[in-house]
Amino acid sequence: MREPAWFVWSRRIGLTLLCLFALLPVWVMVTTSLKPLGDVQGEFRWFPSTVTLDAFVEMWRTIPLGRYFLNSLVVSVIASVASVVLALLAAYAVSRYRFRGRQLFSVTVLSTQMFPGILFLLPLFVIFVNLGQTLGIDLYGSRPGLIITYLTFTLPFSVWMLVGYLDSVPRELDEAAAVDGNGPMGAFFRVVIPAAVPGIVAVLIYAFMTAWGEVLFASVLTDESTRTLAVGLQGYATQNNVYWNQIMAASLTVSAPVVVGFLLLQRYLVAGLTAGSVK
Amino acid sequence: MITANPAPGAGTEARTGSSPVRAVPRRRKKRQWLPYLLLLPVVVAELLIHIVPMLIGVGMSFLGLTQFFIRNWTKAPGVGLDNYRFVLQFDEASGKALLHSFWTTVQFTVIVLALSWALAMAAAVWTQHAFRGRGLVRTIFLIPYALPVFASVITWSFMLQRDNGMVNHVLVDQLGLLDERPFWLIGDHSFWALIVVEVWRLWPFAFLALTAGMSSIPAEQYEAAAIDGAGVLRSVRWVTLPNLRSVNQVLLLVLFLWTFNEFTVPYTFFGRSAPEQADLISMHIYQNSFVTWNFGTGSAMSVLLLLFLLAVTAVYLLLTNRKSSDA
Repeated sequence: MREPAWFVWSRRIGLTLLCLFALLPVWVMVTTSLKPLGDVQGEFRWFPSTVTLDAFVEMWRTIPLGRYFLNSLVVSVIASVASVVLALLAAYAVSRYRFRGRQLFSVTVLSTQMFPGILFLLPLFVIFVNLGQTLGIDLYGSRPGLIITYLTFTLPFSVWMLVGYLDSVPRELDEAAAVDGNGPMGAFFRVVIPAAVPGIVAVLIYAFMTAWGEVLFASVLTDESTRTLAVGLQGYATQNNVYWNQIMAASLTVSAPVVVGFLLLQRYLVAGLTAGSVK
Repeated sequence: MITANPAPGAGTEARTGSSPVRAVPRRRKKRQWLPYLLLLPVVVAELLIHIVPMLIGVGMSFLGLTQFFIRNWTKAPGVGLDNYRFVLQFDEASGKALLHSFWTTVQFTVIVLALSWALAMAAAVWTQHAFRGRGLVRTIFLIPYALPVFASVITWSFMLQRDNGMVNHVLVDQLGLLDERPFWLIGDHSFWALIVVEVWRLWPFAFLALTAGMSSIPAEQYEAAAIDGAGVLRSVRWVTLPNLRSVNQVLLLVLFLWTFNEFTVPYTFFGRSAPEQADLISMHIYQNSFVTWNFGTGSAMSVLLLLFLLAVTAVYLLLTNRKSSDA
C-alpha cells in the first residue's frame, strides 16, 4: 500500500515524540549518575558540569548495596530456576496429554495471576510468623521465605509461557523419538527440551526480571540482612541528604544486566509474552 | 493471557488423531498416570503458595486479628462479619477513605488504560510496515518495559522533584509556562504524575501485543481494502481493528487487572506513603494493614477487592464472548 505524505510525517513526528518519552528517564539516569553531588542539589542540569565516576564508587558505601545486590541475586536466581523446573514438567503434561482435570488445572493456574498480591501477602506473613513461633522454622525475614513468596507470581506465568513454547515444538519430534525407542520422558529430555531451549531461557530471564523488581513481598518479609535491591534502594533517600547521583548510579548498575538480557532475547520473550493474546 | 483463550494447545487432538503413528493413542492410555505425576510438583506448590494462603486469608477476614494476635493467631477471636461491616461503614472515616481509594483506583485505571492503548495502537500502526530505523524504534519502545520498575520509577520521582527536578526546570525555567514550581509528588498533581509514570511503564506491553496481533493479519486484506479505495484510516478501521478483536479482548483485561492491582509503581514513586489524591487500592490496604496491624480488616478489604475483580472479569468475558459469537 502506498503511504500518503501526511501519514509518513505523522509517523516521523509521533515516533520521535514516543522515543523521547521512552528514553527521557534513561537520559536522566545516565547523566545524573555521572554528576558530582553539587550538580543534583541545585537546579536541574541536562549535562554534568564535570563528568565523574564518584557516584559509582560511593554508592557502595552509603548503603550496603553489595549485600542487597547479593540478596536480590540469590533470591531471584533460585526462584526463577525453581519455577522453570517445576513449570517445565507441568507444561509438558499440559502440552502433550489430554487428561481429566487438564482444563481445571490451566484455569486455576491462570486465574491466580489476576489475584492481587496483597491477598497473599497478609496470610503468608501470618503463616511465616506463626511457623517461626510454634515450630521454630524461621521463614519470616529469611531468603527461603522470600523465595517461596516469589513463586506465587513466577510459577503461574512460567507454566503459561512454557505451554506456549512446548506447543510450538512439532509433535513429529516426539514421534521420531518414540520410533527410536524412547519413552515419553526420554523424548521429553532428549528431544523436546533441547528444541525448546530458547523459549526456556526466555521464561527464565522473564521470571528473573519479575523477581528482581518485586517490591510488595520484599518490603515486609525481609529484614536488614536479607533486604533486596528493590526495597534497599530507597535507603539513599532516608539519609540526611538525598544522594540523587548515587541513586541514579545504583539504578543504572542494577538495571543494566536485566535490560541487556531482555534486549538480547527480545525476539523469544516477545513471542512468549504475546502468545496468549495472539492465539 | 487469562482464561479468555481456548486452553493452550487446543487443536492438538486433531493433529495427533490424523497422525500416521497409530500406536500413539494406545500408549497414552496405558500411561495415563504420567501427566498427573508431572503435574504433581506444581499442584503441591500451588496448594502451598496459593490455595492454602488464600483460604487462610478468607478465614482471617472473619477474625479479630489485631496486633496482639498476629504472633499467635489461634487465640484470635472470631468476629463474624464485623470486619466487613467496619470497612464498609462509608459514613465513618475509614470507610470513606476506602471508598475514596476505590474511586481513585477506578479513575486511574480507566485513564491509564485509555492512554496506554491509544499510544500503543498509534505506534503499532506507524510501525506496521517496514521503514528504515523500524527495528531501532521498536527496541527503544521496549526499554521502559525492560527496566526494573523500582529503578525507572525512582528516576521519575527525581525528575518530578519540585526544586531540583527536570520537569519543573523545563516548565518553569526553560519554557516559562508556569511562574510557580508545582509539587508533583504531593497534592492534586500527584494523581496525574502517577498516571504519566504508569502509562510510560505500561504502554510498551500493549504495543508488543498489538504489534504481534497485526503481524498475523494477511496482506491480501489490506490490498483488497486499497483496491476498494480505502485510505490509511479506513483500512485501520475496517481491516486492522476487526482483526485485533481477540487480541484486544485479552489485552484490555490483562491491562485492567495489572493497573487495578498496581503496587510497585506508587510504592516506589511516593516512598511508602501515597498522598490521598493518588491513594491506589493496593497501597491503601497495605498501609492500613501495616500501620494499624489489624490484619482482620486488611484481609476483609483484600477479599472485597478480589470479589470485585472476579465480578468485573466474569461480566467482561460474558459480554465480549457473546458479542464475538453474535458477529
